[in-house]
Amino acid sequence: MTQEASLASGWADRYLPRLVLAPSLFAAALFVYGFIFVTVGMSFTESRLLPNWTWAGLDRYVELFANDRWWASAINLGIFGTLFIFVSMALGLFLAILLDQRIRGEGFLRAIFLYPMALSFIVTGNAWKWILNPGLGFEKLIHDLGWQSFTFDWLVNPDMSIYTVVIAGVWQSAGFSMALFLAGLRGVDSEIIRAAQIDGASMPKIYTRIIIPTLRPVFFSVALILTHIAIKSFDLVMALTGGGPGTASDVPAIFMYQFSFTRGQLGLGAAAAVMMLMTITAIAVPLMYAESKSTRGAQ
Amino acid sequence: MEPRLTFTRLLIYIVLGVLALYFLAPLYVMLTTSLKNLDEIRDGNLLSLPLAPTLDAWAKAWSGACAGVRCEGLKPFFINSLIMTIPAVIISTFMGALNGYVFTFWRFRGSELLFTMMLVGCFIPFQVILLPMARFLGSLGISNSVGGLVFVHVVYGLAFTTLFFRNYYVSVPNELIRAARIDGADFLTIFRKILLPISWPIFMVCVIWQFTQIWNDFLFGVVFSGSDSQPVTVALNNLTNTTTGVKEYNVDMAAAIIAALPTLLVYLVAGKYFVRGLTAGAVKG
Repeated sequence: MTQEASLASGWADRYLPRLVLAPSLFAAALFVYGFIFVTVGMSFTESRLLPNWTWAGLDRYVELFANDRWWASAINLGIFGTLFIFVSMALGLFLAILLDQRIRGEGFLRAIFLYPMALSFIVTGNAWKWILNPGLGFEKLIHDLGWQSFTFDWLVNPDMSIYTVVIAGVWQSAGFSMALFLAGLRGVDSEIIRAAQIDGASMPKIYTRIIIPTLRPVFFSVALILTHIAIKSFDLVMALTGGGPGTASDVPAIFMYQFSFTRGQLGLGAAAAVMMLMTITAIAVPLMYAESKSTRGAQ
Repeated sequence: MEPRLTFTRLLIYIVLGVLALYFLAPLYVMLTTSLKNLDEIRDGNLLSLPLAPTLDAWAKAWSGACAGVRCEGLKPFFINSLIMTIPAVIISTFMGALNGYVFTFWRFRGSELLFTMMLVGCFIPFQVILLPMARFLGSLGISNSVGGLVFVHVVYGLAFTTLFFRNYYVSVPNELIRAARIDGADFLTIFRKILLPISWPIFMVCVIWQFTQIWNDFLFGVVFSGSDSQPVTVALNNLTNTTTGVKEYNVDMAAAIIAALPTLLVYLVAGKYFVRGLTAGAVKG
């Protein structure tokens, strides 16, 4: 650095780099940090239809925690998030291991498993809404195949509708976790595997005992990104179930949207948004810490 | 070297084949449904092929179906998405390239910290900025406009684009830049003459990533657009939720494919870069 500074660089070279960064840093300061601060502030006020900066302490949070719909949406997120993350990771890892067996047409298969990631969640949601349509969709297909008493009404069944979101979400995101796991598998030292094979270890044993443990950092990255997708999930639920039937498949992102923008409860919406931020932070920070620790440990 | 075909390997191929069919099935269902007429949809099932394929549903989805109060199909909203996405992608990519360049080769005291602080933008749930942003756009007079959406997508895309370029430039040897500076090349010359020519792979990754993200966005679209500036994702959602008379599943599916076509095409043409973009942020975040 000192060498570079000692170079006879002109005025432009000294200030231009900072000038180039300035708009982006300003944008981050104002629109990320500043706006988070404003939202947090708003969550402590009396804001209803319009912002009202009268201090209300924790009233909005008390109101939020007394709201059954909020808890229903939080529980839905718990169900959806857990299943979505777990199944996407398991299916992704399974696909990656199969594709790692020197498969003919690997590139072609990879493209098939990953194309849903290129689609909008609105498109995915609509496609699955049609497939899961009770009456004309999957149910009718099974009837036509000869099983007349088959029923599949999850989309309109309040107890089951959140699971349709899992089905569509996994379809969209499993390929993504496959891509990350496959990249991880390709990085495993083939010498170790060969040595284990010479020692007479079977392939399943090599995977469970040697290869998968070395993928620890990849597990953390995949979990981190899937968690992020799950907590933010808004468009998929909107398109697939609209949060329904009724509010049966409500999630916090929809709760926040509806209370803020259609019901004119700005303070409550802000409190919900802050809870979402805190949830992501509470999950992401330990995961990032574990990821960086396990990456360093592997090196 | 291709391993010989054992029973286990045959089984692997069968499982992969079945899973591939599962992943392709929704696309097949969307496509065949969009080519059927309503009678055929009622009489057949999800997997039955259209007996008399027709593009009527496509025509209606493009220019006749009702999305909310407007009955002009997806066309005007598709155009909105184009004039929103293209400038937002170009601006955010170029700013990201310059930011990455500075954060890699023109470090100054505190620049690493500033970079880390910018990256936080990748992680926040956007719900936490929606309310102030809505008021901010309103006070600028650009709420409910395509211009406002471009602005929002640029602002919240910068963290990702900067990360892409910075991670790419870190692998460029510093000596290259130092030598150019000794030769008297200035800040912008080094960027144009040395870095731009070797940057096209990361430009591809970044452009494709941003294009996919912005085209597919729904949250900003639904919150910050008016009835005339809606992007195609919002219009698609309105179209499929508009319930007047008989539900036209064929039109819904044609509309869904139309909304998905640009990103699907990009994926078909440049899938390699798309995958790199997906993994770039994750592998070395």
